[in-house]
Amino acid sequence: MALHESLAWLEAQPFATAIAESGWLFPTIEFVHVVALTLVVGSIAMLDLRLLGVSRKDYGVLELAAQTLPWTWGAFAVALCSGVLMFASAATSYADNMPFRIKLILLALAGINMAIFHVTAYRTAHRWNHQLPTPLAARIAGTLSLTFWIGVIFFGRWIGFVG
Amino acid sequence: MSVMQRLSDALAQTDGSVAIASAGWVIPTVQAIHIVAIAIVMSATAMLNLRLAGFIGQDSSVRRLANSSLPWLWWALPVLLATGLVMILGEPARELTNAYFWSKMAMVLLAIALTMVLQRLLDDCPYREMAPAKRRATRAISLLSLAVWLAIVFCGRWIAYS
Repeated sequence: MALHESLAWLEAQPFATAIAESGWLFPTIEFVHVVALTLVVGSIAMLDLRLLGVSRKDYGVLELAAQTLPWTWGAFAVALCSGVLMFASAATSYADNMPFRIKLILLALAGINMAIFHVTAYRTAHRWNHQLPTPLAARIAGTLSLTFWIGVIFFGRWIGFVG
Repeated sequence: MSVMQRLSDALAQTDGSVAIASAGWVIPTVQAIHIVAIAIVMSATAMLNLRLAGFIGQDSSVRRLANSSLPWLWWALPVLLATGLVMILGEPARELTNAYFWSKMAMVLLAIALTMVLQRLLDDCPYREMAPAKRRATRAISLLSLAVWLAIVFCGRWIAYS
């Protein structure tokens, strides 16, 4: 199968075998990944909880978004790079790993949810910037986002527990 | 046999430890909750400490950022403690006989102390009204605090590899 061959090719690359064979490279990359993902999920949760009207109510939604989004995207780039490196070190087994597959689906759902929010409710955010309760669409987006990202953490942690 | 080894063996024989170890889902679930709580601590502390150190958001209020971040940090700590205790009970030797674990615990105490000092400094006097020497001290403590939190995550992950 083409996909399997591509993954086997990836796994055979010198950088991938170096990560797989080194005693310290993988844990170090994993450490970077953990720091990055905590910043991704933490910064997203700040905005989600504001969209739900739970916390940071003294911040306008737009102001808080301007403060958190650079963290979200910067940390996401680091998490993605470190994640790709770990994936490459054992690409064929990760591809067969069920928690890993579920994690990718949840990441996609989180992205779709964010995209929908940005082209709908967020467009009019200047009108409900300080309004409480926030519009239903914003509360739905915040709830879904929290659910998907906590799911990403759960299944991400589970990857290492499934052979 | 070391004290910690004996303690680990004794803990491993308790009903609680056996129950956690035999239910395969408990440890990964508790670890995931632990990571969610770390996400709250790291995002709050990174934003506040980098602001105090002067790297970001010079135009925004320190007090407002501190008031919105620090309560989350303090509430995440009991969650980290509770989930950490379940992990210790489930796999005592993995933690208690591990140098990374004890380094991590020492640094957690240091990080809590540094955060309390920062909170006290900010409560005493608004950041923009601080004398230059006090402001420099606040910056230094912020950077040290951030470095210690990063080292805590580092040791936390390396517990699994030693």
